[in-house]
Amino acid sequence: MSDWDPSKPILEISNLSISFFTRLREIPAVMDFSCSVMQGESMGLVGESGCGKSTVALAVMRDLGKNGRIVGGTIKFKGRDLTHMSDEELRHIRGSEIAMIYQEPMASLNPAMKIGAQLAEVPMIHQGMGQAEAWALARQIVADVRLPDPDRIINAYPHQLSGGQQQRIVIAMALMSKPALLILDEPTTALDVTVEAGIVDLVKALGEKYGTSMLFISHNLGLILDTCDRLCVMYSGEAIETGNVTQVFDKMRHPYTQALFRSIPLPGADKNSRPLVAIPGNFPLPHERPKGCNFGPRCDYFEDGRCNATDIAMSPVPDDDRHASRCLKWAEIDWNAPIKLKAAKPKTPIGKVVLKMEDLRKYYSVSSGAFGGGTAKVVKANETLSFEAHEGETLAIVGESGCGKSTFAKVLMGLETATSGSIMLFDENVQSTPIQKRNVDTVSSVQMVFQNPFDTLNPSMTVGRQIIRALEIFHYGKSDQDRHDRMLELLDLVKLPRAFADRMPRQLSGGQKQRVGIARAFAGGAKVVVADEPVSALDVSVQAAVTDLLMDIQRENKTTLLFISHDLSIVRYLSDRVLVMYLGHVVETGTTDQVFQPPYHPYTEALLSAVPIADTKVIRKRIVLDGDIPSAMNPPPGCPFQTRCRWKSQVPGGLCDTEMPPVQTLTGGHQIKCHLAADVLAQMEPVIKVAAE
Amino acid sequence: MLLFVAKRLGVMLLTAIALTFIVFYLTNLQPNLEKLARSEGSVRMTDESVATWIQQNGHGGSVLGRYAQWVGIAPGWTRTDDKGVTRGRCIDDGVTAEDAPRYCGVLQGDWGFSTVFKVPVIQVLAKAMGATGYLMLAVMLVMVPTALIMGVLSGMREGSTTDRVLSGIAIATSATPEYVSGVILVALLASGTAGLSPLLNDWGVIDTKTLFLGTATSAMDDITFWNFTLPVLTIALYGVGYIARMTRASMTEVMTQQYIRTARLKGVSFGQVVMKHALRNALIAPFTVIMLQFPYLLNGVVIVETLFNYKGFGWTLVQAAGNNDIELLLGCSVIAVLFVLVTQLISDIGYVYLNPRIRLA
Repeated sequence: MSDWDPSKPILEISNLSISFFTRLREIPAVMDFSCSVMQGESMGLVGESGCGKSTVALAVMRDLGKNGRIVGGTIKFKGRDLTHMSDEELRHIRGSEIAMIYQEPMASLNPAMKIGAQLAEVPMIHQGMGQAEAWALARQIVADVRLPDPDRIINAYPHQLSGGQQQRIVIAMALMSKPALLILDEPTTALDVTVEAGIVDLVKALGEKYGTSMLFISHNLGLILDTCDRLCVMYSGEAIETGNVTQVFDKMRHPYTQALFRSIPLPGADKNSRPLVAIPGNFPLPHERPKGCNFGPRCDYFEDGRCNATDIAMSPVPDDDRHASRCLKWAEIDWNAPIKLKAAKPKTPIGKVVLKMEDLRKYYSVSSGAFGGGTAKVVKANETLSFEAHEGETLAIVGESGCGKSTFAKVLMGLETATSGSIMLFDENVQSTPIQKRNVDTVSSVQMVFQNPFDTLNPSMTVGRQIIRALEIFHYGKSDQDRHDRMLELLDLVKLPRAFADRMPRQLSGGQKQRVGIARAFAGGAKVVVADEPVSALDVSVQAAVTDLLMDIQRENKTTLLFISHDLSIVRYLSDRVLVMYLGHVVETGTTDQVFQPPYHPYTEALLSAVPIADTKVIRKRIVLDGDIPSAMNPPPGCPFQTRCRWKSQVPGGLCDTEMPPVQTLTGGHQIKCHLAADVLAQMEPVIKVAAE
Repeated sequence: MLLFVAKRLGVMLLTAIALTFIVFYLTNLQPNLEKLARSEGSVRMTDESVATWIQQNGHGGSVLGRYAQWVGIAPGWTRTDDKGVTRGRCIDDGVTAEDAPRYCGVLQGDWGFSTVFKVPVIQVLAKAMGATGYLMLAVMLVMVPTALIMGVLSGMREGSTTDRVLSGIAIATSATPEYVSGVILVALLASGTAGLSPLLNDWGVIDTKTLFLGTATSAMDDITFWNFTLPVLTIALYGVGYIARMTRASMTEVMTQQYIRTARLKGVSFGQVVMKHALRNALIAPFTVIMLQFPYLLNGVVIVETLFNYKGFGWTLVQAAGNNDIELLLGCSVIAVLFVLVTQLISDIGYVYLNPRIRLA
């Protein structure tokens, strides 16, 4: 635009309000939202689910659907107001000047169109480019987003690519016409951490190369620190704090931002000596927002009659770079006051071995032809898995998707039987006993907490009834009254009000549902609980509370917790020992300190460096793995990790390509499955350093 | 792909055998054969002579044996009577027993002799299928584009006025069976005394007495807009509603998909979003339905051809059934079975083409 001055913001949102209209009422989704993005700047939008951050992004694209409407304020892009543009004008801006990258790459690509056609479409529409030229450009951009073999990829259909590759294609599509503003809506949430690291690097590099401004939406504070210059924290439809990333991270001036940082596990947090501080209460529903400050009811600094009197406006924090906070009391609060520590809890003593796995293998045979023809292939989901778990211990199993961690859980639960090897549960061999044949004691002593609390509760049964049902199955108590009493005790145990017994699952929030899931798992006095990503579907502020609860119950019952997760921050926070898996193999095992300190297995090293950490004082070494996890159907020969390993050249004689590495036992029982010599391992540097204050 | 087609052909063969056997068994039940004997021999035959006639004309013996002969995998029956004349299934008039082939069934192209039309079944069927082929072609040409356009138009903006109006029409037409809509159409458009035709004639819009012709017999020789519109419209109306409903459902679902949002936010115009991004994905479900319409059309023509006196497959089938013409009935069933199976094979192959996520081994 000729009349646009590059020193002015490229995107300027002022006092934006958006509402959704239902038959019953108007639901305000975003209120009085302002922010501006300068040329080449990247702006982060952070908040929990339902805070309105995606709504803001869609409003910039003017794609709010039938029910959504902008009810106030302006969105200026290069000085032109988007809120009053006609469809035709918008169409010229969409895709050419503002492009968007979405959360789920698979769903965002047209399944029936070739990649090349989907990419080439953009310049053909906006620049009137010819088909051949557009395809050539598509090929070049595909190479730009560092995808191997671009000629094959542009002729492929989306389902033939992996998740990481699909996301790169979505990015390529957004870059086809060199937009001035890129909106990224949780671009890496559906991806594995090592793949995420690659995507983040790519986005940053491309942003610098083309000078693109970015609006980066995420719930992950660490990721925002890695990618953005400025950020805007949202809570319940309002921006509550905005400013430079380092300022907001180090000198936050809003109680919610502070609470948010205290509830995420940063290095240094510990479940016993420095537990996380969960934010009390629940996120208000859009039509039940309190008067005055939305965060008031959950705020430690709440002052009745002041915080809930009138609507609160953003007020600038002086001396800082466009830093502002929506808090009346920010100037009065002592921000450097130490966290009121919860009483440190004693460490649970680790008892005798309750679960022992030896050389466990689980193979699946898959026939390759859709109609039964072709040769049968074997998927080695678990290979030579050996470990012990003790009473009262938290053992974390870490790895990316496809590493076999869920298969392991299924075998332990008896949903699948092992191909070979043994599982000793107490003094019983259970490796080949499917769950239908296990006796009630065994079943009730090994229970599971599932990843997605939204799908694992029966939607048509009350909460109380579901817990009682579990008690019935475990033959608990003599009468219905016994079971009913026990159900109420279990609700107390998971800190849910007893009145919840009569509620339906749909009336509960995500965190509450997960508590019900935990109550159900502990109904029969479980001794071993497998928690399969129990908090990954929950918001950060709720995660801390649910994690705390699990730890408390573990302390009381001396439960052995097998914590399956891909989130290394939370693993570091709560586990005693860690098992790192890659392509069905355990590549490293040891105590939490051993695994998180050098020497590392090369995969653990990469995994640690890939996890974004929301702390400006942490210096992280960037190690970005190339490519994707190989398919378990067709694993590489030799070491499973050799295709992506950066240490491979240090091993003499090309052993990595040919031989499965042996398990080396280092000091203190720390085990690493690697060919690297002990002296090379000893030279490894820590990936994460906390800078001296 | 070839393996898939080969497997499908195998399954089709088994299905064809099973289906034709059922029809063969039902048409060759004893009462049917007795009726055949009386109509071919003499109405006043005694029960004994009926039994003899059945025996002597190759209708005795086990059903399986007769079925095998009819298919052409067992030698045709022969019988030498008292006068030394050898008759048999495969021995036509003027051919001696020695020169006649041993096998003569459907596989050999000998479909038998129609007792109603007094010509070989294959000739009757060829003529009937030719006539019906034109009818079906015309119906498909009218029905499929109309239905798809209606479905896409109503599905692309769910809940709009266009959607409501088109959905209403679709429901109304698919709720009206052909024998009702046919009669209504005739009364409305093809009557010299009722409906629109007298009015149009008065105003001088049409020279003829009626807008369309109420019978399609003349279309056997020369298809014109005037004599062919009503039968085509009658069949098409019913199918249009059904396909349009399916297309609409599929289209509304596709329009809510994320990749449609991607396309929209790429700056693709609404028309292009519908044509390039939504249509192919939305056609996957209705495609199967459209292919299922072919066998259904074969049914539909029975009523419409009889109603409009158009001598095609449906009309022939009615004649064969009404006159106990066993061989012709069997011929019709073979055609119907083959027709259904072939269209379903085409449907599966087309499905693979439309949906790249399905790749057949």
